[in-house]
Amino acid sequence: MVDYIWLIPVFPAVGFLINAFFGKKLPKAVVSWVACLALFASFVVSVTILFQFFQLPPEERVFERNIFNWITSGEFNATVGFRIDPLSIIMCLVVTGVGFLIHVYSVGYMHNDEGYPRYFTYLNLFVFMMLILVTANNILLMFVGWEGVGLCSYLLIGFWFRKDSAANAGKKAFIVNRIGDFGFLLGIFLLFVSLGDHGVWTLNYGEVQKNAHLLSASAATLITLLFFIGATGKSAQLPLYIWLPDAMEGPTPVSSLIHAATMVTAGVYMVARLNFLYSMAPQIMFLVALVGVLTAIFSASIGLAQNDIKRVLAYSTVSQLGYMFVGVGVGAYAAGIFHLMTHAFFKGLLFLGAGSVIHAMSGEQDMRKMGGLRKKIPITYWTFVFACVAIAGVPGFSGFFSKDEILWKAFSAGGPYLIIWAIAAIAAGMTAFYMFRLLFGTFHGECRASEEVKHHIHESPKVMTIPLMILAGLSVVGGYVGVPHILGGANRIEQFLEPVFGGAGEHTALAGGGLNIISQAFASEGAGGAGSAEMTLMILSVVIAFIGIYIAYRLYIKNPEIPKRFVERFSGLHRVVYNKYFVDEIYGAIFVRGLFGLGTVLKSFFDEIVIDGTINGVAALLGWAGSLLRRVQSGYVQGYAFAMIVGAIIVIGYLVVRVMM
Amino acid sequence: MGSSCFPILSLLIYVPLLGAVTLLFVRREHEAYIKGFTLVLSLIEFALSIPLYFYFNEKTVGMQFVERRAWFPEWGITYFLGIDGISLLLILLTTFLTVLCVLCSWRAIEKRVKEYYITFLFLETAMVGTLCSLDLVLFYIFWELMLIPMYLLIGVWGGPKRVYAAIKFFLFTMAGSVLMLLAIFALYFQFYKATGTYTFDVLQLYNGHIPVSTQYWLFAAFALSFAIKVPMFPVHTWLPDAHTEAPTAGSVILAGVLLKMGTYGFLRFAIPLFPAAAHAAIPIISILALVGIIYGAIVSMMQPDLKRLIAFSSVSHLGYVMLGMFAFNMQGMEGSIYQMLNHGVSTGGLFLIVGMLYERRHTRMIADFGGLATPMPILAIFFMIVTLSSVALPGTNGFVGEFLILLGAFRANMLYGILGTTGVVLGAVYMFWMFQRVMFGEVKKEENRKLVDLGKREVLILCSVVFFIVLMGVYPKMFFKKMDTSVEGFLKFVKERNAYYMASEVMPVKVVLETVKKPAE
Repeated sequence: MVDYIWLIPVFPAVGFLINAFFGKKLPKAVVSWVACLALFASFVVSVTILFQFFQLPPEERVFERNIFNWITSGEFNATVGFRIDPLSIIMCLVVTGVGFLIHVYSVGYMHNDEGYPRYFTYLNLFVFMMLILVTANNILLMFVGWEGVGLCSYLLIGFWFRKDSAANAGKKAFIVNRIGDFGFLLGIFLLFVSLGDHGVWTLNYGEVQKNAHLLSASAATLITLLFFIGATGKSAQLPLYIWLPDAMEGPTPVSSLIHAATMVTAGVYMVARLNFLYSMAPQIMFLVALVGVLTAIFSASIGLAQNDIKRVLAYSTVSQLGYMFVGVGVGAYAAGIFHLMTHAFFKGLLFLGAGSVIHAMSGEQDMRKMGGLRKKIPITYWTFVFACVAIAGVPGFSGFFSKDEILWKAFSAGGPYLIIWAIAAIAAGMTAFYMFRLLFGTFHGECRASEEVKHHIHESPKVMTIPLMILAGLSVVGGYVGVPHILGGANRIEQFLEPVFGGAGEHTALAGGGLNIISQAFASEGAGGAGSAEMTLMILSVVIAFIGIYIAYRLYIKNPEIPKRFVERFSGLHRVVYNKYFVDEIYGAIFVRGLFGLGTVLKSFFDEIVIDGTINGVAALLGWAGSLLRRVQSGYVQGYAFAMIVGAIIVIGYLVVRVMM
Repeated sequence: MGSSCFPILSLLIYVPLLGAVTLLFVRREHEAYIKGFTLVLSLIEFALSIPLYFYFNEKTVGMQFVERRAWFPEWGITYFLGIDGISLLLILLTTFLTVLCVLCSWRAIEKRVKEYYITFLFLETAMVGTLCSLDLVLFYIFWELMLIPMYLLIGVWGGPKRVYAAIKFFLFTMAGSVLMLLAIFALYFQFYKATGTYTFDVLQLYNGHIPVSTQYWLFAAFALSFAIKVPMFPVHTWLPDAHTEAPTAGSVILAGVLLKMGTYGFLRFAIPLFPAAAHAAIPIISILALVGIIYGAIVSMMQPDLKRLIAFSSVSHLGYVMLGMFAFNMQGMEGSIYQMLNHGVSTGGLFLIVGMLYERRHTRMIADFGGLATPMPILAIFFMIVTLSSVALPGTNGFVGEFLILLGAFRANMLYGILGTTGVVLGAVYMFWMFQRVMFGEVKKEENRKLVDLGKREVLILCSVVFFIVLMGVYPKMFFKKMDTSVEGFLKFVKERNAYYMASEVMPVKVVLETVKKPAE
């Protein structure tokens, strides 16, 4: 049964090739069937493997297979090989499952686009690369997927390449990601060389894990830091998050698939995958959690003031990714992955819902021109409600379980992690607020659209609403794989991931042990004490969520005048937040203009005047150039050329004759 | 040293020359025949070079397909040809690119068609000869012979500033060559002084003894000559002019093969002949290479002219080649050689594409384009793939080379590795920005609205480029297995020789000669 794990990435690859070569000639229906079936086939294989896993004892749940040696040079060897274990199968299921639904949705959404085959070609290629990323059995192949999804992201953000803003956004995404990849690459180099110093030359996960103990603490710290730089690029964390909001230029299903459900979570996956390295570097773990939580609150605050529905969701994604990093940063890898999964459901759904709204509103994305859509597009509305409730953390819905797990783990890590917990809790309140602000602004109140737009408002076709409904269902039940023990659950997902993260978790517990003041205090009261603390926190976060929702209700349903007055009163503050703290402008002034300034000086002054000038000057001094020039300029080009050829041929001929003799 | 009875290398060298001579007797009116003949001949040449790959024994270190005849025995000059895994791949690159060059000149060249193709075939002879020569005099002859046709290609068939560019090209390379010639003679007499024999045989010279202080001078002369060809910062300024003015095929062959002659020269001559000096030069060369990588990328970004942009990107890419080579480890060295091939394929591809645009619009200015993906969707696909190869996206050939180079550099010196890796970011900046300005956005110029997309011939040319981009990116083993043994042997040899020289600095020369010469044989 090991033998077919490579099929998972192969199906989308086949779909990609078919549509790439024949897409333009095939009828639209065939194009979409090919693309969707490719995903579905991969999904089926993933499910099959999942069920096989259930029949095996946990420690045997690893399938690994090398296909061929890719790059071999001296001690260096990287294979094309796959590894399926509980972590990668969850990723595969999310990527192919949610991916399939988004493919189906796209059939409706992109129906009238002239680039229809191109769209599905890119989309299949993306899924292929994403599956390579999550099923690779070594770090270099992961990097292939990593850059590959970056390419697809570039192509799909800039899908409507005639729009300058789209082309710019694609380029920005690629370049910012490359900055992160700079760190990733150096991480690979350092890991390879550091292990090599001990005679182990490998990048294979299993091998690296087995030999990780050879690494010095400082090496592990540096390596994980470098990898994390890569993660901040791909997963849009501070300070490299700036590309993701712009990425909303792409078609909305793309935002859903790539920029919410799958690709942007690659950084979280990478940290979880390399958990054995991160566990050796407690400072970097703390850094991961810190960057995560700062990103979470920072982008949540920007989300408060945005009016473009996709932008709100984009900042929300950045913020939620921050939570995932808090999870993996405190060593709760399973919680991070759990949130990754539930987030894929509800955020994927939110984007698709937004797409459905935009579809209905003839392309309008500004919330201020919406309102009152509740009755007109009820399926979109209700599925959107489910997603909002899930992300806000209302008990019983998926987001509640996963987010709470992260908060609890952060809290129980104690010490400096308490600050992280506190910030994360506040950000959770902000999340609930901005999501319901979005919900109310879009679907409730009076419709503020122009008459013409109003006239066209219609519910999306079934091909779009059915994926919405399925995702809405998943946003509800998705959380039940991770119900904590305290609520009588078994936290199945944590158990399932145990073989991958088991050792690492203990490691962290040891590392954080000294700092663990508060939970120790609870622990002294016995198991029930810790339990009651967990319960208290849970109740607290539910209260926070409801406060957020209530404020949104007061401000946007009851007294819509208040936000306006607030904006007038604190116009300075609002301007700063609305303009995203001017980070783009600051980066632009420092880095972009800096680079261009340097470029101009180097090109126009240094290269053309200093270097070239010096050399031309020398040549002129020699006078040699002068004489040659005179001859060439007086019309002897032909004769000169001919003379040279003939002369050369004579020389060669002579030499050849000598050889023959 | 394996010796084959069939002089395949000589055949490869003289088939194009024979073709050139034949063309002399064809009347210039028969343009179609001339083109067809040249195409067939270049295809034959390519076909002839393929068996080299299959018959090349990848398990032995020594030179293969060796041909050795006495030539001027009184002076120690021999007609000595042979290849190892390194030159093998470069020869294949040369014969492959020549076919593409003939194909892409089909419509681009309208004046002096006959002379053009003669020149081109002549150039191929010189290039293959340079790569096969194992005698310094023979090498020098071919090396200089490459200059003439390239000079003519730029000077006769080039753009408006062709004369300036051609002369600049000529003067730069000549200046280097003259120094190299002097160094060759110095080496020759030095060897005689140490051993009592006169020889220009490179393999014999490898094992001679050159006092380290002399090595510095000789290495400097060789290195300067090769560095100009590469070109390394700061002697790169001839390249943008030469590329800009050269016809498309000239640019392709210049970037694809001629620049590699510089890096190849380091591998075949400068490093193994003067290993102690080469080791001493590691910091200088590495730093110049790094400056080349970063400087080339930044200056490239600011170029308004497509060809100049690609020319500076070559400076950056060749910087990688030099950086990897002077890491003196397997990864760096193999990455470096692979990058030579990659650069030939992808930069060759970029010049071909610019040539196709030029044929349609008679401009190379980025500002004159914009939005071309709309009228030319097929070109857009090819251009994208070649661009990705140039920015070293995993899955393309560029990644394999760049990754190994940077890994090798990192192993040798972390700082070099880190600085070199910044090129990965900068490369994306200048390539993607250029691509966007040319291909994306609305079509703003009326002339661009009705551009015709690629024809069959052009698609065929670019398909072959893309084929190698993907093959070399996905299954590099096909190429690595041919050079592994050679490179390993090379590194081992250079290391031993360097150790020998290090020891000789301490011990009296004669003692060292006695003790070390045996294992070095």
